[in-house]
Amino acid sequence: MMRKIVLPGSVVGDAKEKLPGRGVFKEGDKLYASRLGIVSDKGRYVNIIPLSGVYDPSIGDNVIGVVQEAFKNAWLIDINAPYPAFLGVDNVPWRVDYGETTKYLKIGDVLIVSIVSVDEARNIDVSMKCKACRKIDEGLIIDIQPSKVPRVIGKNSSMLSVLKKYTGCWIFVGQNGRIWIKGKDEEKIKLLIKAIRKIEKEAHTTGLTERITKMLGG
Amino acid sequence: MKDGIRIDGRKPDELRPIKIEAGVLYRADGSCYLEWGGNKIMAAVYGPREAMPRHIQDPTKAIVNARYNMVPFSVEDRKRPGPDRRSVEISKVTSEALEGVIFTELFPRATIDVCIEVLDAEAGTRCAGITAAAVALADAGIPMRDLPVACAAGKVDGTVVLDLTSDEDKEGDADLPIAIAPRTEEILLMQMDGHMTPAEFDEAVELAIKGCREVSKLQREALMNKYKTFEVE
Repeated sequence: MMRKIVLPGSVVGDAKEKLPGRGVFKEGDKLYASRLGIVSDKGRYVNIIPLSGVYDPSIGDNVIGVVQEAFKNAWLIDINAPYPAFLGVDNVPWRVDYGETTKYLKIGDVLIVSIVSVDEARNIDVSMKCKACRKIDEGLIIDIQPSKVPRVIGKNSSMLSVLKKYTGCWIFVGQNGRIWIKGKDEEKIKLLIKAIRKIEKEAHTTGLTERITKMLGG
Repeated sequence: MKDGIRIDGRKPDELRPIKIEAGVLYRADGSCYLEWGGNKIMAAVYGPREAMPRHIQDPTKAIVNARYNMVPFSVEDRKRPGPDRRSVEISKVTSEALEGVIFTELFPRATIDVCIEVLDAEAGTRCAGITAAAVALADAGIPMRDLPVACAAGKVDGTVVLDLTSDEDKEGDADLPIAIAPRTEEILLMQMDGHMTPAEFDEAVELAIKGCREVSKLQREALMNKYKTFEVE
């Protein structure tokens, strides 16, 4: 589906009719785009779906993070966003005594966490109390551009199921552009990484799912 | 100047040929390659990311950190690598020009790093640098009020001309680079070297703004070219 692409400073609507949403600002009685992306103006708000850029955390996202620092009663997690996220002891599934955080999570440990809050000052809180959340201690992690994540998942996770079906690997795609892969067959993993790189490179083209299916031998 | 035609065959209000390409580097968050006459410029944008060391962080807004650098082979005599007085100044004015359009308040404690590498120089590199940096910023998805653009005007042989070449810059009477936000025509950068009468100055500003508008179209085209085939699920 092709939709209108806008650049910073393009007019995207009338301030009298709509409200500025994500990536949109108001000046006078017009609404302008503040970043490069696709306009979506269903409902009362005009939003811009970004096509590029760093990961912008939003509540409810499941992301893959790396423990950056351990404090007495919290951890600092690198989630590939402009700011590190805060994981407090209340948000982990274990009972952690004061000062014993490193017994559970050490610096460098990889986790799946979900974002519970992002405030005005861009303080990010994450939690490990979600269904998918866990500590990752096998497999490998690869990085892609966060803006390409929707393409790797595909419509109703069509692409993801193709990848899983033909390679037999376990795949978890974090919204922040980190992908966790786990599999037994080394050749299959290599092929899978190749496929993901291809998706990332050709994210803007049509009929990608079919091509990937073919590439994986479907 | 001879019969209203300049040394390189252009009319007084004509730009040099410009080529802009967005998103040329994989590892940068946003990038741009630009050719403007004899200038070849690469711009890359990183961030917003956490500002380090921590004492440079601003809790209210992001820092825009532009770095203008000329590579040793960009000029006729080899340029000694590293920052010198000129490039430190250009880095500063570029940072300030870009800061004028970026929503820095959305990213407290962060920096937005802009690297401008001049690979080949032929007058007007600071304008070309800002123009390339603007495309790279948009490519990086940085929220901005507008897509800034820069262009120079000047005076050669008593005539006000647009977009000076290296020879015109050296032998001419004045050089006036300006950067604007094209939507509102706010001036983000203005510098002048040489002498002009107030009337000539007004004419030069007008001409430079006209040049900016033309370059702005090319910038938008370049970004559209990269993303026009993009689709969303």
